[in-house]
Amino acid sequence: MLAELGNFAMLLALLLATALTVFPLVGAQRGNVAWMRLARPLAYGQTLLIAISYVLLTWVFVQHDLSVAYVANNSHHLLPLVYKISGVWGAHEGSLLLWVLILAIWISAVARFSRDLPLPVVARVLAVMGFVSVGFLSFTAFTSNPFERLLPAAAVGQDLNPLLQDPGLIFHPPLLYAGYVGFAVAFGFAVAALLDGRVDAQWVRWSRPWTNVAWGFLTLGILLGSYWAYYELGWGGWWFWDPVENASFMPWLAGLALIHSQAVSEKRGSFHAWTLLLAIAAFSLSLLGAFLVRSGVLTSVHAFATDPQRGMYILAFLAVVVGGSLALYALRAPKNEGKPFVASSRETLLLANNLLMTAATIMILLGTLYPLLVDALGLGQISVGAPYFGVLFTLLMAPVVLLIPFGPLSRWGREENMPLLLRLMLPWFVLSLIVLVLVLLFWPNGSLRTAAGIAGGLWVLAGVGVYLWRRLKVQRQSLTAENVGMVLAHAGLGVFVVGVLVLESTQIQRDVAARPGMSFEVRGYTFEFVGVEERMGPNFVSDFGTVRVSRDGEPVATLHPEKRHYKAGGQVMTEASYDPGIFRDVYVALGDPLDANRTEWAVRLYVKPFIRWIWIGALLMAIGAFVVAFDRRFRRRVNETEALPAASRGAPA
Amino acid sequence: MNTVMLRRSRGVLAMALLAFAGLASAIMPKEFQSPEEAERYRALSHEIRCVMCQNQSLADSPAGIADDLRYQLLARMREGYSDEQIRDWFVARYGEFVLYRPRFNPTTWALWIGPFLVLAAGVWGLVAVIRRQRPLPTVRPESEDC
Amino acid sequence: MISRWLPFGVFAAIAVLLGVGVIMNAGRTQVEIVSPLIGRPAPDFALPDFANPAQIVRQSDLRGQPYLLNVFASWCASCRIEHPVIAELALSGRITVIGYNYKDERAAAERWLRQLGNPYHRIVVDETGRSAIDWGIYGTPETFLVDAEGIVRWKHVGPISPQTVERELLPLLDALGAGR
Repeated sequence: MLAELGNFAMLLALLLATALTVFPLVGAQRGNVAWMRLARPLAYGQTLLIAISYVLLTWVFVQHDLSVAYVANNSHHLLPLVYKISGVWGAHEGSLLLWVLILAIWISAVARFSRDLPLPVVARVLAVMGFVSVGFLSFTAFTSNPFERLLPAAAVGQDLNPLLQDPGLIFHPPLLYAGYVGFAVAFGFAVAALLDGRVDAQWVRWSRPWTNVAWGFLTLGILLGSYWAYYELGWGGWWFWDPVENASFMPWLAGLALIHSQAVSEKRGSFHAWTLLLAIAAFSLSLLGAFLVRSGVLTSVHAFATDPQRGMYILAFLAVVVGGSLALYALRAPKNEGKPFVASSRETLLLANNLLMTAATIMILLGTLYPLLVDALGLGQISVGAPYFGVLFTLLMAPVVLLIPFGPLSRWGREENMPLLLRLMLPWFVLSLIVLVLVLLFWPNGSLRTAAGIAGGLWVLAGVGVYLWRRLKVQRQSLTAENVGMVLAHAGLGVFVVGVLVLESTQIQRDVAARPGMSFEVRGYTFEFVGVEERMGPNFVSDFGTVRVSRDGEPVATLHPEKRHYKAGGQVMTEASYDPGIFRDVYVALGDPLDANRTEWAVRLYVKPFIRWIWIGALLMAIGAFVVAFDRRFRRRVNETEALPAASRGAPA
Repeated sequence: MNTVMLRRSRGVLAMALLAFAGLASAIMPKEFQSPEEAERYRALSHEIRCVMCQNQSLADSPAGIADDLRYQLLARMREGYSDEQIRDWFVARYGEFVLYRPRFNPTTWALWIGPFLVLAAGVWGLVAVIRRQRPLPTVRPESEDC
Repeated sequence: MISRWLPFGVFAAIAVLLGVGVIMNAGRTQVEIVSPLIGRPAPDFALPDFANPAQIVRQSDLRGQPYLLNVFASWCASCRIEHPVIAELALSGRITVIGYNYKDERAAAERWLRQLGNPYHRIVVDETGRSAIDWGIYGTPETFLVDAEGIVRWKHVGPISPQTVERELLPLLDALGAGR
């Protein structure tokens, strides 16, 4: 009964979403105020219905109704309650409903906070976002319905994939979706502006905080995914350039370019075409990501169950949304006007940033789809993995690292006093080189990459420091929230660079055959294998290991790597154990028993220097993005602000 | 003590591994002759794709065949094969699919060179855009709105 | 002008590729690796004969007529499914079918053959799986077609269905002029 109600609510929501797409849009084109006014109530109504539907799905899940196919396939009566709630988004159908719910929340937020925007703009934006909602709702309702009944009802549930029975599942997908879906706001604004024919700073200013927040969420989502892979998969890796990871990284890069491009568009009235294109690209890449994960086109550890019918449906939707918006762009994009600038201005640096981010995005897209292309053309089978992506990404990002200190230091438009800037940064450049040589000579187990990481991080952080000093001390101006956000994000990059390069060049692992009482030495740490005992969990039996870690005789940590055998599905999960630290993680994973008595075990020992710096750096970037969104300039009413650039005021395309 | 025990028990290990083939894990203790050998093994095993668990590298895969192939990798290394010869050995048996780093040949030119062409085109476009900028009016002191 | 439509054009190309991809990869969770041995000489092996373990069978011993090499094991569920198809092929006399017992335990294999019937002309035993690697074998069941000169002509990964026999194998056998 409840499942049917949930399905009904979802279908009603689809109806409202369709109305939301049609009436306000037509109303805006024709100047019909009544129809335009429908936008907000339709948006709220749709959100309410989807929320009801989602709550009902959760309820059905928690009540463990085995007559609902989705519950039977993804749950088990022994599953802890928290995973009965979060398991709703653990598989294809339910996660789609979450996607739709988050989209609906964003639509309502736009409806709620757009009081000071002209009605036609609001109507168009909500209509475009409504169209996206129609696509996903219909996809869910007709090809991937979570409310489908299973008759006769299953006797026992198949259990949630043990990989997902973890706190990571609780946060990673919602944050990730909040990011992906959030780009729909900028997308909506871009398409609305193109439809309107009026592309000016207004739409950019309004969509900036939303884009920043979306990007911030996406950063957090990716960060969590990386952290989760690290402690859950047991191999101590944090990024694999897996197709699905790439699918989330591409919108992130495009979003990053978009954020910077929006800043230029808003303040200088230039690059509107670029910003529009990036807004379309960021969301298109989000949709592409959804497609890649759910269509079975690429093999990946993340992919949901594959089905060509579903794949074609999403592809068709993608073609309409992305193809349509890009066609609109081709027909209506404005020329690049706005305040002029010279070669040595901030505009140039930001354009260069756009360029490098775009090249990186294209590179990742190329690498991800290349095996498919080669296969489709009958040219054989190849693989493109970490050795390709890692190398090319580093090459493309190196110029970014080198140039980033100059961005905030340079000025808009006019001839920058380049000799001055170079003089400002020169001492730090020299210092970085000195540090590079010192690290190369003295860092234990270090290599050129270690040195490059530390020198690079130092260079970036120095740039941030010089900016702060110059602004606060020399120019004696306070920092706006936008400035603070920028400082945090750029500092985050510096921290990240240190983390990645030092980790990748100095981490160490050792596989050992351990009997109780044996000790092993890795990089100065002593690992004493105490033994393995059997323990019971709520829905699993665990081989519970104990390893005592010490250094120079001083105890450091007692680690408990496990191997969990899940009763329902029979899967075996490795639960690694680690001791976190700012400057290193010590990490242990338990393998298989090596003898029939289960006294000798295969154990893997890791020391991972600076790995936390990767996530701390990413966290700083995310916080920076959120801080920027709260800048006062975005909360001023549009008609109150300082004069907009003349070229942008109401100029038709 | 550890080294000797491991050498002697390797035969037992092999038998036990066969028996536990169903539970195979990627964690397999190996005795390396030097840190350089360990590092070379680590690098190569990460470059090769597991043919069964195709989402994982040879280093990380728990599949039985991955275990066999890891053993072969070390054997080839100890027989004096160079890195490229080892790659050729795997490719001769499983095709180019098995290498995570695509080799540079006409099929992959677009892959390796493409991004740089895009970059070059972008730089060219950037220069064109800058050149097209109108000459500036007389400079007014603008607020440092950052 | 061109640059305006460039993003659209690029996207259209990608969409076409993805459409092709969806159709190509329908129902597959893994890439079926195309064997690099096709058109090349079959790798040599020297493995004990199942019926008479003291006797070693070499790949060269099998030359002179085309044969099908069918990789199987008692622990392999899909091998059970394809067994009737293999048996039918062997019994029809169209082609010699050699069994390749992969990483199996002798007693279990004997039981399996007793249960399902032994359709093989001969069976070679690869207990460690070492020789299988030279053939690019990575799972079971797998089936190779080797011609009279010892060149690998065809490989199939996964259980063989009657359709596969009909559409792929028989035409090849005709081309090779096989049959007793």
